[in-house]
Amino acid sequence: MSKKLSTTDAPVKDAAVPMVKAEGVHKSFGHVDVLKGIDLEVRTGEVFCLIGPSGSGKSTFLRCINHLEKINAGRLYVDGELVGYRQKGDKLYELKDSEVALKRRDIGMVFQRFNLFPHMTAVENVMEAPVQVKGVSRAKARERAMQLLERVGLGDKAGNYPSQLSGGQQQRVAIARALAMDPKLMLFDEPTSALDPELVGDVLDVMRDLAESGMTMVVVTHEMGFAREVGDSLVFMDGGVVVESGNPRQVLTDPQHERTKSFLSKVL
Amino acid sequence: MTADIDKTTGPADTPPAGPEAIKAVPVRHYGRYVTAVVALALLVGVVYAFSQGKINWATIPDYFFDDRILSGLGKTLLLTLLAMAIGIVGGILLAVMRLSKNPVTSSIAWFYIWFFRGTPVLVQLIVWFNLGLVFEYINLGPFYKDEWSDFMTPFLTALLGLGLNEAAYMAEICRAGLLAVDEGQTEASHALGMSHAKTLRRIVIPQAMRVIVPPTGNEVINMLKTTSLVSVVQYPELLRAAQDIGQTSGAPAEMLFLAAAWYLLVTSLFSVGQYYIERHYAKGTTRQLPPTPWQKVKASTFSFGRPKGGTA
Repeated sequence: MSKKLSTTDAPVKDAAVPMVKAEGVHKSFGHVDVLKGIDLEVRTGEVFCLIGPSGSGKSTFLRCINHLEKINAGRLYVDGELVGYRQKGDKLYELKDSEVALKRRDIGMVFQRFNLFPHMTAVENVMEAPVQVKGVSRAKARERAMQLLERVGLGDKAGNYPSQLSGGQQQRVAIARALAMDPKLMLFDEPTSALDPELVGDVLDVMRDLAESGMTMVVVTHEMGFAREVGDSLVFMDGGVVVESGNPRQVLTDPQHERTKSFLSKVL
Repeated sequence: MTADIDKTTGPADTPPAGPEAIKAVPVRHYGRYVTAVVALALLVGVVYAFSQGKINWATIPDYFFDDRILSGLGKTLLLTLLAMAIGIVGGILLAVMRLSKNPVTSSIAWFYIWFFRGTPVLVQLIVWFNLGLVFEYINLGPFYKDEWSDFMTPFLTALLGLGLNEAAYMAEICRAGLLAVDEGQTEASHALGMSHAKTLRRIVIPQAMRVIVPPTGNEVINMLKTTSLVSVVQYPELLRAAQDIGQTSGAPAEMLFLAAAWYLLVTSLFSVGQYYIERHYAKGTTRQLPPTPWQKVKASTFSFGRPKGGTA
């Protein structure tokens, strides 16, 4: 499989290196091509929004960034390093599971369905990875977890199990859980799609704060208001390709492409 | 959104100042009385028949706490617990192997389960007992060397025979449990940088336990009774002890009833234990844990009758 990947020069790491760089990324499930050559760059510190109809491949692309999915062709870099592979000369070597896990520490992910650990309380959810992965002491991890829960406005819910929290509260715990690993990049996979409309605002507020603090964020979303307000770049995907990209305020108000126009006319 | 879910405030003490409560004649369930009477009559009939049979009931209390019976019971319990321990540990191991991406380990697990589930446990016990036909000596280099027949005591035969067979069944139960955990849990754990092993140990297995425990309780109770088979490899467990006494005391049938009573007693105790283990693993899955029987008793004793306005 690695033969199919075209070989390019290994990038040199410096300050101008984009946080995420995709070059002709292809992904297929069996015979279904989900991504058909994605090229894009996410600059460090920006909020990068991915929009598009369901099945357009935006979630799949997001999952490729932390190697939950393997790409079939092209190149994907996070902070200047190849995702899932090591390049020596013009040959690619698959990374071991432990090496993949090491890289995932730096990439936080928030899921549509929250995926909190139901057998742990909110604070235990947030503590789990620092304790188990980084070997932080439980006392320190708990202290940090409490700070993060305060930050997402849930300091008083630390002892609650996920089943005792509303969807919006669960998603905010999930964000705190991802932040506990001090990631340099946060991935959001439709973080508000499973929420009641009245709970969406709380989660978006937390994300807005996070964006203001300078976190690099890639956000798959249907919240056009959020994209317009907080987004620095926006990409509209359809059928596994990038149809249109640019400044969100420009793309959302004055789309150039026919497909973008018809999509936006339905969701706005 | 900020409702206190922990404190389920019971029915309100003050009756609602609404319209007058409905007082209606409840539907009479005559069928219930009829079935109760029929069932009771049948029970009395059966008890009467047994009491009039040629069974000397008085011998049962005489031997109920006989040393041989108690020693047999102890051996039965020991065998049950150790065989289940082998079964559970082996079962989890086999289930993880079976679900592994590694084709070698998953094939080994498949083969093991295929073999040990496909042959009767009685046959396996006898084969273990007679394995001296194949291996004359057991030789673990400098550590241990002995003739097979001396090494394979009845206890070890029974333990291996039951435990290894049980592992095959437990493997399927554990596999079902592991598969029942949402894939999103594994993804979330991997996304946090946790390894496969940590994900299994910290995230997947604790959640799988909720599915694994009830059928495992079943297996424990089954195992308790299956231990009676090991009398064929000369291990003096409860049934064998009862039969031995039966032959010498001239009350064979009575001793079988005695053994049955002990089995019933122990399985009842196991069921209580199972309830508490299930309760432990229900943590986080329900908003409030179900009360223990003792809590129920306390609640009903100190609340003086039915709660008012019982529209729960």
